[in-house]
Amino acid sequence: METVTITMKNPPALYLEADNVSPDVFAGKTAAQIAELHVHEGNVTSTLGKYFEISGNAGATASDTKIIVKGDMKRVKYLGFKMSAGEIAVESSTDQYAGAWMKGGKMLVKGNVDAFAGTAMKGGELTIEGNAGNYLGAAYRGDWRGMSGGKILVKGNAGSDLGMYMTGGEMIINGNVDVHVCTHAEGGKVIIKGNAKTKIGGQMVGGDIFVFGTIDVMMPGFKPAGEQELEVDGVKAKFSHYIGDTGERHKKRKGQVIYGNLYKKI
Amino acid sequence: MSEYIIKNGHVFDPVQGIKGDKADIAIKDGKIVDKVGSGAKVIDARGKTVMAGAVEIHAHIAGPKVNMGRIYRPEDKLFTCTPTKGMERMGGGNSIPTTFKTGYEYAKMGYTTAMEAAMPPLFSRHVHEEIRDTPIIDEAAFPVFGNNWFVMEYLKNKEVENTAAYIAWLIRVTKGYAVKVVNPGGTEAWAWGLNCLSVNDPVPYFDITPAEIVKGLIEANEFLGLPHSLHIHPNNLGNPGCYETTLDTLKLAEGFKAKNKFGREQVMHLTHSQFHSYGGTNWGDFESKAKEVTDYVNKNKNITIDTGNVTLDETTTMTADGPFEHHLTGLNNLKWANIDVELETGSGVVPYIYSPSISVCAIQWAIGLEIALMMKDPMRCYITTDHPNAGPFTRYPRVIKWLMSTKAREAQINAFKHKDKVLSQTSIGSLDREISLYELAQMTRAGPAKSLGLTSMCGGLKPGMDADVAVYNFNPDQPVANPDDIEKAFSRCSHVFKSGVQVVTNGEIVSNGHKRTLWVNAKVKENPQVMRDINEKFLKYYSMTQANYEALGHHFVPNPYTIEVDAT
Repeated sequence: METVTITMKNPPALYLEADNVSPDVFAGKTAAQIAELHVHEGNVTSTLGKYFEISGNAGATASDTKIIVKGDMKRVKYLGFKMSAGEIAVESSTDQYAGAWMKGGKMLVKGNVDAFAGTAMKGGELTIEGNAGNYLGAAYRGDWRGMSGGKILVKGNAGSDLGMYMTGGEMIINGNVDVHVCTHAEGGKVIIKGNAKTKIGGQMVGGDIFVFGTIDVMMPGFKPAGEQELEVDGVKAKFSHYIGDTGERHKKRKGQVIYGNLYKKI
Repeated sequence: MSEYIIKNGHVFDPVQGIKGDKADIAIKDGKIVDKVGSGAKVIDARGKTVMAGAVEIHAHIAGPKVNMGRIYRPEDKLFTCTPTKGMERMGGGNSIPTTFKTGYEYAKMGYTTAMEAAMPPLFSRHVHEEIRDTPIIDEAAFPVFGNNWFVMEYLKNKEVENTAAYIAWLIRVTKGYAVKVVNPGGTEAWAWGLNCLSVNDPVPYFDITPAEIVKGLIEANEFLGLPHSLHIHPNNLGNPGCYETTLDTLKLAEGFKAKNKFGREQVMHLTHSQFHSYGGTNWGDFESKAKEVTDYVNKNKNITIDTGNVTLDETTTMTADGPFEHHLTGLNNLKWANIDVELETGSGVVPYIYSPSISVCAIQWAIGLEIALMMKDPMRCYITTDHPNAGPFTRYPRVIKWLMSTKAREAQINAFKHKDKVLSQTSIGSLDREISLYELAQMTRAGPAKSLGLTSMCGGLKPGMDADVAVYNFNPDQPVANPDDIEKAFSRCSHVFKSGVQVVTNGEIVSNGHKRTLWVNAKVKENPQVMRDINEKFLKYYSMTQANYEALGHHFVPNPYTIEVDAT
């Protein structure tokens, strides 16, 4: 695997949209060619080379390419946008849309990410060692197509509205989460090792949520459905099971009304 | 103003009957002329197709419901934004583009006139503000009348003259163009939680039937002699078996004759007929009844139609047919917006995906094409996608490709997941007609211009008409190797002139032109009763005063083109 290292040398004054920083776009290009790729600062289009020092050539294909991103990336959006293979390692915190519409490959962020990380993700692995912002693995604004596959791991906390319109894939949050978890979800699995606040699972018609810590207030649309002994992410424990959201208009599959599942560790 | 001469192009002009002969088109002072001086700028159109600027007869491109779609569908703009470039301002959106993108996209495809098909009179000022912000193309808007309290009260008592006086007043204050009817009576019934699914379903409270509303409005329209006829979206849109309601509606035009000074021959324009030509009893045995509908229209010369072709895209449906949109959101479970417009109309907005892997969508696609191919007189059948309901208007080149090439149609049929169902439920497989360029010019230029009563102005290349000219990179002398070349050629014009101003060169916008808003000023005898009724309704029911209702010229219609009608 070939490694390309891009290091921030001239931090942008405005936010930078770097949707070309992905192994798919870099594949088959030399350092000089990569420096010519477009980025957008505000409404001005310029080149990657203006902001970054680039060293190393990319591999022939995306899966053969690893990108290491160094320096202050707090004002850079869309890293790993639509990537389908290969690897990206971001050594600091980054702004919105990290790994958005990701289809495959691996992305690692050693700091925090802002909102919309893993938006409408289809596959691959996104690991965030710090905290995640709002709308983690959610649908784009206004859209109804959320995360449908892949895996997101957050070692810190996550913000609100994670997994909105989720239909598949898996999300593990080691810390706490804010309000509105898995709103409108139809599938997938979310494991929250810390605490959750209110409005968890609102309008959900499928999928599973596991909460290891506390839930501030349960949604009124969730009904208790007994207790279960389960093994979740290597932890064996007793969970109380709730189904919901019974307040959502009934969605039927093969004639059966379907609901999501919420499991809370006892 | 500059002079131009477009030389050696293959000209297709149904107004003068030119069928692809080489001819020179001269432009001077915004008009087509016989000849120009030697200093005129020469445009070489050798091996290219020259037609008049196209006329869009039915699209939803300005106004509150379009904006509702823009507001609640930010995802429609995702990855579609274009930055500022030369003369072009930034734009975005696919099925509901921004006003600027709307103007540019129409111009790049060679369209120079477009009609906003449903203006809620109460929000006419919003419609005109958006029309004002849409560059290049001339526009007009049709106010909706089919669920208007005044109209229903007058027609209940068969007061045609009062209806006409009210129409004249409303068209004048809203700067409208024609009488549009959407689901007559049904949208008012929707305010009571009901609908009118046939022409004989009574409207609650008003106790009038859609048939009475439609007949009365045709009569009032001909009483006034407006340039366009009644423009109707009948009851029961989009349901299996709806073709019967459509035929019942078309029969209401029997016996009426056009009475106007604009050369219009029809008394009823049936819009997006694809949505009204469904047979079957449910979505399982859903089938095409395009033959039944086109047979009727072929026989009755006082009706024109447009197609409403499904383009197999993700789009946003929006119509003043409120109950239908509620029905639709129940089918696809996506988001829904519903708006009630006081005494006048209502509307709904729902996103919709016409997926090639769903049999119903594929059959809808076939029905739209069947209608265009089964209509014998291209002067009475126009190409639309009911933008954005059946697909965005930017897909017109693709629709043209399907109409002009059986090969392209076959390729699409073979790509459908439920190919057998499309072939068994429609007759698209047996239709081998290919639309010629001359017929295309009739369906997109001369035809709609005639139907709109604009024959003296646009839709042709006769000297004296406005110099709206489109030059396409399409050589009619050479056989089409690949149907996609047709789509490519009609997507981006080589040159477009709007009122004598060159607005497009090589597919790029080079001028924002001088766009105009067309509206009709109909004069009627003074009618104190109608004026008193209007005054009373504003005092009693409207949420705004009469003084704030009018779309005043200067701000809302900065560059008007007024068509005068005298019905005194």
